[in-house]
Amino acid sequence: MELIVQGIVKAFELLLSFDPEVLGITWLSLKISGTATFISLFFGVSIGTAVALTTFPGKRLVISLINTGMGLPPVVVGLFVTIMIWRSGPLGFLEILYTPYAMIIAQAIIATPIVMGISLASIQNLPPNLRLQILALGASRMQMVWVLIKESKLPLLAAVMAGFGGVISEVGASIMVGGNIKGYSRVLTTATVMETGKGNFDIAIALGIILLILAFLVNLLLTHVQQRQRLR
Amino acid sequence: MMKMFKNSKTVAVLIAAFLLFALGASDVLAANAEPKQKNIILATTTSTQDSGLLDVLIPIFEKETGYFVKTIAVGSGQAMAMGQKGEADVLLVHSPDAEKKFMEAGNGVNRRLVMHNDFIIVGPSADPAKIKGLKSSAEALKTIAKAGALFSSRGDNSGTHAKEKALWKQTGITPAGQKWYQETGLGMGQTLNVASEKKGYTLADRGTYLALKKNLGLDVLVEGDAALLNIYHVIEINGTKWPKVNAAGGRAFADFMVSKKTQGIIKTFGVDKFGSPLFFPDAGKKVEDLGK
Amino acid sequence: MNSIMTVQNLLVRRGGVTVLDIEEMSVEAGRVLALIGPNGAGKSTLLLTMAGLLKPDRGRIFYRGVPVDTGARRSEMRKSVSVVFQESLLLNTSVYKNVALGLMFRRLTTGDIRKNVENALAYFGISALAGRSAKTLSGGEAKRVSLARAFALKPELILLDEAFNSLDPPTRETLIDDLRHILEETKITAVLALHDREETLRMAQDVVVLADGGILQSGTTAQIFNQPASEFVAGFVGTETILEGTVRNNRNGLLEIAVADKMIEAVGDFLPGKAVFCCIRPENITVSDAPQDKSSARNVFEAKIQKIVRQAFFYKMILDCGFVVVAYITVSSCEDLRLCEGSSVAVSFKATAVHVMPRER
Repeated sequence: MELIVQGIVKAFELLLSFDPEVLGITWLSLKISGTATFISLFFGVSIGTAVALTTFPGKRLVISLINTGMGLPPVVVGLFVTIMIWRSGPLGFLEILYTPYAMIIAQAIIATPIVMGISLASIQNLPPNLRLQILALGASRMQMVWVLIKESKLPLLAAVMAGFGGVISEVGASIMVGGNIKGYSRVLTTATVMETGKGNFDIAIALGIILLILAFLVNLLLTHVQQRQRLR
Repeated sequence: MMKMFKNSKTVAVLIAAFLLFALGASDVLAANAEPKQKNIILATTTSTQDSGLLDVLIPIFEKETGYFVKTIAVGSGQAMAMGQKGEADVLLVHSPDAEKKFMEAGNGVNRRLVMHNDFIIVGPSADPAKIKGLKSSAEALKTIAKAGALFSSRGDNSGTHAKEKALWKQTGITPAGQKWYQETGLGMGQTLNVASEKKGYTLADRGTYLALKKNLGLDVLVEGDAALLNIYHVIEINGTKWPKVNAAGGRAFADFMVSKKTQGIIKTFGVDKFGSPLFFPDAGKKVEDLGK
Repeated sequence: MNSIMTVQNLLVRRGGVTVLDIEEMSVEAGRVLALIGPNGAGKSTLLLTMAGLLKPDRGRIFYRGVPVDTGARRSEMRKSVSVVFQESLLLNTSVYKNVALGLMFRRLTTGDIRKNVENALAYFGISALAGRSAKTLSGGEAKRVSLARAFALKPELILLDEAFNSLDPPTRETLIDDLRHILEETKITAVLALHDREETLRMAQDVVVLADGGILQSGTTAQIFNQPASEFVAGFVGTETILEGTVRNNRNGLLEIAVADKMIEAVGDFLPGKAVFCCIRPENITVSDAPQDKSSARNVFEAKIQKIVRQAFFYKMILDCGFVVVAYITVSSCEDLRLCEGSSVAVSFKATAVHVMPRER
């Protein structure tokens, strides 16, 4: 208990003193996970919607794969990305192992199936004739898709929050592909693990609290946008 | 299509998202735009990194040479595995037996002695197994085994773990599987915490112990045995065997580690914080002469 | 005879099953056509094909005489054709924005959009709802918004697929009336898929009867209802009395038909010996106390009331005259005549009220 109190005190100390290293780590966490979530939003919504709206042989198999992907263990993703991008890997020439770039890729791979699966489900959940009605009103295919996506704004925002939450708190893949390099690829989660490993529990708890606050603030913003939709 | 974007909130959100993305991307891409040969991958151990020595040395090296060092802290075993595949450019490790095998296989060149510190056996002040003051570390372990006292091992193929296993070998006792022998699979700091919590014994490097001493309820019980020396070498990865390796960078870092200036920094590192240095510089010496 | 849309040789298959197979069908401009038939008859499929939302496996569609056989032409046609489905399918936004949806796809100016939306809202009496969120509307209000949305596009042809099914009777009543007036006023051609006879009678001038993907009969409402071409159609349109008989005599178009052990007089063109069905609509059968000499009906029979079934606002009577007929009688008449099951009454109907159609033995 005392340790947790110490941690809270330390957290405030670090934040209020604008400790540059902690601020840097926090900002990097936000940038990396934010970018990854943005990428996952793009691919997840577009592919999820496309799968929901088209019929093709093997559709059920594809949907199963997407749903399985939602539960993909992040550390497995990290392992595979590492194998792909290390020097002897097929993508080794890119030389992106141990860079934040690789972390964005790994996190995007983790988050995309989540956003994809939820988009797929929410589009499928719309009344089946809605699509026809919109087309009947004279919409082009693109216009129809855009209207359907807007109609699913609530669950899609939930998908974004789920994706972001998943990657901002991810640590296994991030350590593997990022290397936890000070000032370069060290983020809140990887720093927490390192400080815990060193035995600096107060710093670890402080970083954990900062991570919670960060996650909370981002989700507060997204929830605000989402719930405003409901009142309309 | 603009009519679709009549909703100004949508526009605002999209702009914000795009900015975030652009910021993130630009930073990342800028960092990666550096010519690739400027990057050095240094594989070292968690205890080395946790000591904080590299946090002091590396910025100096980077400033002097313009290289960017990516310090990947893993166990000695993994570090050498990385070296074996050419996934690192230079190693700073402390697992001599494994290192010798590594060199024999032709994976590294220029294995040079850098520094040493020592291991200590720590335990609860009550010392139920009564090992305090023993001169031989192997003897101490034997005593612990006989008493069936709780012993925490790192169990992670790190340099510390390798040293511990070597000592057990000397005793002729196999601790694995015995009730009092627990393998944590964790780093040094965490393992010390486990030993402290459970009032058990463990083998630790002095540096980490000193750094955490005030939170631990453990005392130094056995020290000074030559077998407890923890010797650090820097090994450049063989650029002929692995063409993708930054051989020049690895050489530059290794040279730096044994340079007089660096050795001087190593000598005084930790004195102001802990009262005694954490490492003893040894560049140029022979291994047999160490310790005394 | 101005056909706004004609379909020819239409074939639609789904999952290996033929759901629609129509040789020819026309929709007259400015009139209301009802598409009736049991569930699964293919009404929705036909409407979707007519709307250009479903591509048939075979067949041609002509819109205002021009064949619609490319994707581009189909999109063109969609600009003049509006569809309203059974569900209101409104978006989670304001009523105004919902009604404006189709107009926004056409990239009109804000001013034009506002004019059309306000017009459409006024037509359906929901101007006051413009700012409301669509999710807070009642079923009837939502349906009006859905209709307003379709009308705002100023279509030439409007297709409604069982549009009133989900509404409760009083709401349905008012809405049907309003829609009828609007159609009369605007002269917009409408095709409604219905399975309610009453709605059909009230709204439609022409009827097409669809079953198992094919047309059983098409014609004016009067034709379908009074001269059903088959037993199935007769049953579907509510001809409750369908009697098996044989023509005994044909005197210049006046038929004498033997039904059970009685003779029914009817008007028709069949030769003696022909096996026929005699269809009599219940509203054309009069039930009275005793044989009336004053009535002009040629068919008068003594009957015993077998059963009285209370319908919503009248009684349905099943009477046995030697053959079974079904008649409707008002509640007050029933009470005046003090009728109950077992009573003896007189049943009469005009010869012209008997619709005769051939019967395969």
